[in-house]
Amino acid sequence: MVDPSPSSSRPPLSAAALTLRLSGIAVIVAALAGAFAYVNGSLDPERLTPQALVNVLEKNNGVHPGFRRNHSKGVCVAGYFQSTGEASAYSSAQVFSLPQTPVVGRFALPSGNPYAPDGSVPIRSLALRFTQANGQQWRTGMNSMPVFPVGTVEAFYQFQQAQSPDPATGKPNPTAVPAFFAAHPEAVPFLQWIKTAKPSASYATETYNGINAFYLVNPAGQRQAVRWGVVPLSQDAADATPPQGTDFLEQDLVKRLAAGPLRWQLNITLANPGDPVNDASKAWPADRKVLNAGTLVLERTQAQDNGECRDINYDPLILPQGIEGSDDPLLVARSAAYASSYLRRTSEVNQLPAKQESRP
Amino acid sequence: MSAPRHFVPLARLLHWLMALMIIAMLFIGAGMVASVSERHEWLLQLHKPLGIAILLLVIVRLLVRFTTRQPPLPTDLPGWQVLAANASHVLLYALMLALPLLGWGMISAAGDPVMLGDSLQLPSILPAHAQTFALLRKAHGYLAYLLFVTVLVHLAAALFHAWVRRDEVLDSMLRGKG
Repeated sequence: MVDPSPSSSRPPLSAAALTLRLSGIAVIVAALAGAFAYVNGSLDPERLTPQALVNVLEKNNGVHPGFRRNHSKGVCVAGYFQSTGEASAYSSAQVFSLPQTPVVGRFALPSGNPYAPDGSVPIRSLALRFTQANGQQWRTGMNSMPVFPVGTVEAFYQFQQAQSPDPATGKPNPTAVPAFFAAHPEAVPFLQWIKTAKPSASYATETYNGINAFYLVNPAGQRQAVRWGVVPLSQDAADATPPQGTDFLEQDLVKRLAAGPLRWQLNITLANPGDPVNDASKAWPADRKVLNAGTLVLERTQAQDNGECRDINYDPLILPQGIEGSDDPLLVARSAAYASSYLRRTSEVNQLPAKQESRP
Repeated sequence: MSAPRHFVPLARLLHWLMALMIIAMLFIGAGMVASVSERHEWLLQLHKPLGIAILLLVIVRLLVRFTTRQPPLPTDLPGWQVLAANASHVLLYALMLALPLLGWGMISAAGDPVMLGDSLQLPSILPAHAQTFALLRKAHGYLAYLLFVTVLVHLAAALFHAWVRRDEVLDSMLRGKG
């Protein structure tokens, strides 16, 4: 076979023409590469990225390989959800219509330090993964506070920066957090709550609130803005003996589960038109209609270093058909930042401290 | 029977369609992992179905490639350029096939449901396993950068053929009856 028009038959390019043509190629390639570098953030160092969010948590708490970058200290739990069917008129998700859905969850402290004493923070959290019969999942992370301190990811980032160690002293600047709150009046409801909040002696007696708004979508396509939370069905009498030590929450949970399952009611609060669905720092009025969607039953616990919850990313935007995320900017930010934290810690699984014994 | 001077029309359609999709996909992926805004979520919802579409198209494309005849490279092309052309095409096909599979595999290994949109669920192709996820997720990212660089080299080479060597290589992908 013979090439019909070998290049050697063409008149050679002049040096100027050759330079021009090679430059044209270089400009096109450089333009594409430059656009790519802009899109991936390399040319835009001020952009708030998932990596920057996780970096500031690492800066404030230290790097603890293999652990979550926030809510690092916790314990795995498992059980199931028993639906009442009450939410099935609002959502087509199987979890609300089928009688029972298995759950793998995790109780935790909201700190990036996996060795934080249980009494050091007055907030506890509960993350849940519901696995529906059709294979779709609902993951949610809830906290014992009723509102989030801020409504945007930028403000959350600034709040974390205010708690960062000052390079000069190695300690956080004591005026930075008060200055942050002075500049963020949206944090007032949170600050009012935390003034009265005390570290609970048990995970079992806490209410956990989803805080961010979502939409329930029914088979007809109607969307209802909601917030959800779980309320404990059994409460202790006022605790006579204050908790001892630094790890009393897990010990308490193991003791209670040895005596029998623990139950919470899943409440779904329906927004009225006009209630804020994009601002987790604002509570909804207390008179909103509340559905009793069913009962969360937790039956057993496992250590977090080798339990099933360890490798679950409780990304709040992993949702089944029938539940959708709202415009709340914290939801997408959590989803993006959790992915970054998840990649870091799954790369470090073999660096976790020597395996703890799994508990029944 | 003489060698064809052009790629068959179906091969050309697949080439240009996938060129657009792959460049879009690379920018979507790079933008998505650098964003904490709602852009992260909608780019992710675009990334997954587009990736599966590319996977299906590259299978069709490989079938077309192996069942049709390709125009030969110019006879006077230096040996190292022939080698580079052949190697870069193998690499392009390998990455077009590997990247969607790595994406699908890493979602599976994370234990996440593989959802394309609200209700369409694909099966998991790997059991949930944290270290496997981390490995596949990193490979997905690094190989996507390798694909971007390979696409740039491919583009530069095509323009070099058209503007500097002035041979028929780019033309064979642009027009003709095959």
